[in-house]
Amino acid sequence: MSAQFMQYLLTGLTVGAIYALVALGFSIIFNASHVINFAQGEFVMIGGMATVSLTASGLPYLLAIPLAIVAAALVGLALEKFAVEPARGASVVTLIIITIGASIFLRGLAMLVWDKNLHALKPFTGDTPIAVAGATILPQSMWVLGVTLVIVLALTWFFGRTLLGKAMLATSHNHLAAQLVGINVRLVLFLSFGLSAALGAIAGILIAPITTTSYDVGVMLGLKGFAAAILGGMGSGVGAVIGGLVLGIAETMSAGYLSSAYKDVIAFVIILAVLFFMPSGLFGKRGGERV
Amino acid sequence: MAALATVIALLPLALSNNYFYDIAVLVGLNAIVCVGLNLLIGYAGQISLGHAGFFGLGAYGSAILASRYGWPPLAAMLTTTLAVAALAFVVGRPILRLKGHYLAMATLGLGVIIFMVITTEDKFTGGPDGIAVVPFRIGGLVLQGERIWYWLVGALLLVAVWLALNLIESPMGRALRALHGSEVGAEVVGINAADHKVMVFVISAVFASVAGSLAAHYSGFVTPGKVTFLHSIELVTMVVFGGMASTFGAVVGAAVLTTLPQLLTVFKDYEMMVFGAVMMGTMIFLPRGVVPSLARLFQTGRRRDAAKEDGA
Repeated sequence: MSAQFMQYLLTGLTVGAIYALVALGFSIIFNASHVINFAQGEFVMIGGMATVSLTASGLPYLLAIPLAIVAAALVGLALEKFAVEPARGASVVTLIIITIGASIFLRGLAMLVWDKNLHALKPFTGDTPIAVAGATILPQSMWVLGVTLVIVLALTWFFGRTLLGKAMLATSHNHLAAQLVGINVRLVLFLSFGLSAALGAIAGILIAPITTTSYDVGVMLGLKGFAAAILGGMGSGVGAVIGGLVLGIAETMSAGYLSSAYKDVIAFVIILAVLFFMPSGLFGKRGGERV
Repeated sequence: MAALATVIALLPLALSNNYFYDIAVLVGLNAIVCVGLNLLIGYAGQISLGHAGFFGLGAYGSAILASRYGWPPLAAMLTTTLAVAALAFVVGRPILRLKGHYLAMATLGLGVIIFMVITTEDKFTGGPDGIAVVPFRIGGLVLQGERIWYWLVGALLLVAVWLALNLIESPMGRALRALHGSEVGAEVVGINAADHKVMVFVISAVFASVAGSLAAHYSGFVTPGKVTFLHSIELVTMVVFGGMASTFGAVVGAAVLTTLPQLLTVFKDYEMMVFGAVMMGTMIFLPRGVVPSLARLFQTGRRRDAAKEDGA
């Protein structure tokens, strides 16, 4: 394998891991509520920016990072409580506009709380590249891949072995049946927003040392994470992860071998192709429609 | 309809300077797009998060043909509109097989792709800086200046509304409403869902493209700033805010949400926050939109009075 190919692959995996985390956030919320949360990208932004300002005010990473994650989770919970819950039962278009309005609101808020500049975080363990099979990888990329793997395993354990996780899964399969067996569906919805926000924040913190962060970094990341979720099949956790990785690799490969000017377009072209030919994505439920 | 004509005719009395005329023209242009978009969203029940793309194609097409290649503006506009209609036709068929969030994502993707192509092909389109556009000419008559454009756009808005209203009352309009109610049911009665959806998609794209061409000539330049995802969302919000399945609602929505940012400049730094908050608030509290909600308020008021009369 040529060194160039390896380099693209590694970069693609890193970027893809971030998309995977964002896509997981989308899928969790979609599973609990059938709402596409267009504000997901803003959680990524909040994670990164909060860490920047917390470390700038002197806190060490070990304190700043959990605090930033908690802050993002709180924003996610507030979003659910004040924007999504009052509008339950509204049409798809209305809910889409609400979450998009929320993302605009959060971006405006971020512009005020922080500023419009780009900010960089110091890499967790230094920035001397490591040589792998002829290519180089940043230590931060190893962090990205490692933490994503840990999170995926943790979520698998959570959804498979804990009562709360199983309750969330049950809600995603059938709202009514879950309520009938005594699951507090509103609580599940509430927590799913918090969990997704935390995931997004982690993604933002991981990627900030590599690509700088700013108040509007959430827009593209959110859209691409959404695209990854659809590619993998909306609502499928495995699909979200695979979709994210595939999207990241496809994007980097096309940017490298085809045209780097159109790097961002590739993601959307892929999405259109998937939607035209395989709308339920790679792992989605091949649903029928009730007439 | 007569009310709208009266408003358009009398509004200049309230507009004291060119700045207000400018806003009115922008409102009118947005309203034309929204009337078309409303046919798609409100009556046919589809979604499009990418209509700024058609608007932008209309604007850039007119701009490039008229300014770069020296075509007469009218011919440029007609050619561009035909091209956009063809694109909408070709893309519409596979896209409109999707529903709900998938359709939203597909139209979003389409809009973003159009935006990125426009921004990247800067030899053609001037990239992020855009290009200058010659003023609109019909024959030897040059149309420039806010007041002249106000009457032009006002007249075109009336034409657009008239076309939309006629379409809604026609058999095709009824077919669309049947589609919205139940796609399977409509097909059972013999309505070709795919054909109708594509047709209304093309019509709404044409409205957007024409508005875009006019906007390019009016402003004197085009930039990718109007072709963004945000602008598509603004258009959809105008339609939903004013009331889906209400043509006048679309006009009202366009009017309110075009003037809102002007009012919000008072808030300066808080502008984005307030805009987002307004979007959320109106969707949460007035989910059916302004015009239908107000109409219902009037109706319940009247019904309550009638009941009181009967009871008393």
